[in-house]
Parts: sequence; structure tokens; C-alpha cells
Amino acid sequence: MSSYYLTIIGTRDNPLYEVEFSSFKPNSSSTSSSASASSIPGRAQFAPDVREILPFIANSSLDIIDDSQWSTSNFNLGRVDSFYGLVVNAFITQGNVKFVLCYDNVGSGTNSKYDDNLIRQFFIDVNDLYVKCLLNPFYRVNDAIVSPEFDIKVKLLARKYF
Amino acid sequence: MSKSSKYNGDDIWKNNVEKINSELFTLTYGSVVAQLCRDFNNNYHEVNNQLDKMGYNIGLRLIEEFLAKTGVRRCQTFRETSEIISKIGFKIFLNIVPTIENWSSDNKTCSLILPEPNPLTEFVELPITTDSKISKELWYSQILCGVLRGALQMVQLDVDVNFVKDVLRGDDRTEIRLKLNKVLKDEIPAGED
Repeated sequence: MSSYYLTIIGTRDNPLYEVEFSSFKPNSSSTSSSASASSIPGRAQFAPDVREILPFIANSSLDIIDDSQWSTSNFNLGRVDSFYGLVVNAFITQGNVKFVLCYDNVGSGTNSKYDDNLIRQFFIDVNDLYVKCLLNPFYRVNDAIVSPEFDIKVKLLARKYF
Repeated sequence: MSKSSKYNGDDIWKNNVEKINSELFTLTYGSVVAQLCRDFNNNYHEVNNQLDKMGYNIGLRLIEEFLAKTGVRRCQTFRETSEIISKIGFKIFLNIVPTIENWSSDNKTCSLILPEPNPLTEFVELPITTDSKISKELWYSQILCGVLRGALQMVQLDVDVNFVKDVLRGDDRTEIRLKLNKVLKDEIPAGED
């Protein structure tokens, strides 16, 4: 079961939103049954020491994102970085806001192409939500996103794709 | 009602009205409201007042256009007036038809229920988490009240218009209360008798 950490980073490299979750699909591979029974579905299972450095990992990839945005015409930048088994995928919006997704790829590797595709779809849908949020007259660019509705919709997307 | 069916809001909407992109309209109005909130330092009562005043000034002029496009004749009763407002007025300017309910026994007070989605409030979400005051004080679509008040005043109807419910605030529906105070007489200016 993979855990994911999604963060949205504004144009001045300021954090706008973050969320942690894990895949909702039951894993066929070797997770011990007692551990998965006690865990809540969707609860991220990063080790505590990894968990506290997640924002750093996401932010340390910003330079790479800035560089790689010029090498492709796609908004989805794909896999940009990895850090001790954590993979970092990124997406950049038309307004230069970045979505960064860090995840530990436990048990994947064989189907990484499939994962990347899912993540691409996920990013596109999150971008839709972000644009809706941006259309709200009370929201200004680079404000933190605190709307509970946005939060729920992102989590629903996470559930749909992962 | 027989009288109002004579004028067809649908036809006028289709053939005789200039239309603009609804998102442009929604976002423009949204920017106005948000800017007012900033200008008055989130004093929402004042924002309501300003919106009402802007609407009033629109209404004073809009009634001329309304009469020119529709050719509506003088209404006999306030009930008839309300029908015209909802089925023709709202229809040709906003392409929505509010329902009219809650008549008081003296036929002078009624409610307009705006259907969802309200074209003014698409995409809008009040920032309740950062400012809890806003959902108690701001009437986001207050400009509509001003428009109605202004337009009706020009046809000799003195009315009070105010919001009592708004879906944006978490209410079950959006409701405007309309109260007829009196029918104004065409008065001769003082000193000319």
C-alpha cells in the first residue's frame, strides 16, 4: 500500500495546500493482515521520520521543476525526482502554480507506467478543482486554500484514482 | 395569469435581448463585491448598502428598457406586478424565473424564490473559515434588491425589498422578500398649485 503526499505550491514558492493519503485499494502483496486491519483506509502510513521531512522533499524538487518546465510542452512534468525510495511527480499549471506529489512506491515498479498515467489524470482533475477555486471572487492568487469543499473533493479524487 | 401570458418572456429573451457570456458576467459581479469588501474593510453592512445603491441606480434606468422591450401595460394588482417581475423581468435580463410564494393576507407582501443556480453566485464560496462574520452579514446578491426597488419606484410603487435567505450562507434556498408600502401618486411639485 503506497502512501501519498500532495502539496500545492504558489508562484512565490509558498505552500497553498497539503494533504496526505494512501491508496484505498486493498493491496494484494505482502502487507501483514493485522497491520492493515488496524489502519483506517486512506490514512497515510509514512514512517514518522519521513513524514516530517515531506515538505522539505517537495520543496527541494522545486528547482528541478523550474528547470524541467522548459524542456517539455506538457503541463504534467511526470517523475522529476526521487529521494530514498520516495518518488516525486509534479504538474505545473498555466499560472505557474505547482502540484507536487510524493509517494513511496512500495510494491510498484513493474507497473510504473500505469502509475504515471493515473497520476497524470489525477493532476488534471486537481487542476480543474484549482481553477474552480480560483474563480471564486473571494480567493486571491497565492492565498492558502482553506475551503473544506476543495479538501473533500481532492480526497474524493484521491480515492477514485489510487 | 391571463394578463401576463400575453407578454412572452421566452420570445423576448430569444429574439430581442443582447446576451453576454455568463461567466464574464458572474466574474465581473464577483470582482465588484470582493472589491467593495476590501474597500470597506469587511464592513459588510456598508457593502450591502453600496450594492443596494448601485442596484437602485441601475433599476431607475433599467425600467425604461424593460418597458420599451416588453410593452407591458399598467398592472391592476400587486400580484400581477409580481408575476411580471418574475416571468418577464427576471427572464429577459437574467434568464431565470423565480417562483412567487408566501403571500400575506393583504396581498402586499410576497417572496421571490430564486432558482439555483443563481447566475450571480456561480463559483462563489463565502470564505467562512477565515471570516465567520461574512456569512451572517453579507447579502451577496443585494444588488438585485436595489434593482427591484429602483425599477418599481419609477412605476409609482414604493416597495421594500430585502433578502431573508441565501443558499450561499447555507440556507435551503435563496429568498427575496418584497413588501409594497404604497402606490405613489403623481404629485404636483410643491408651490405649483
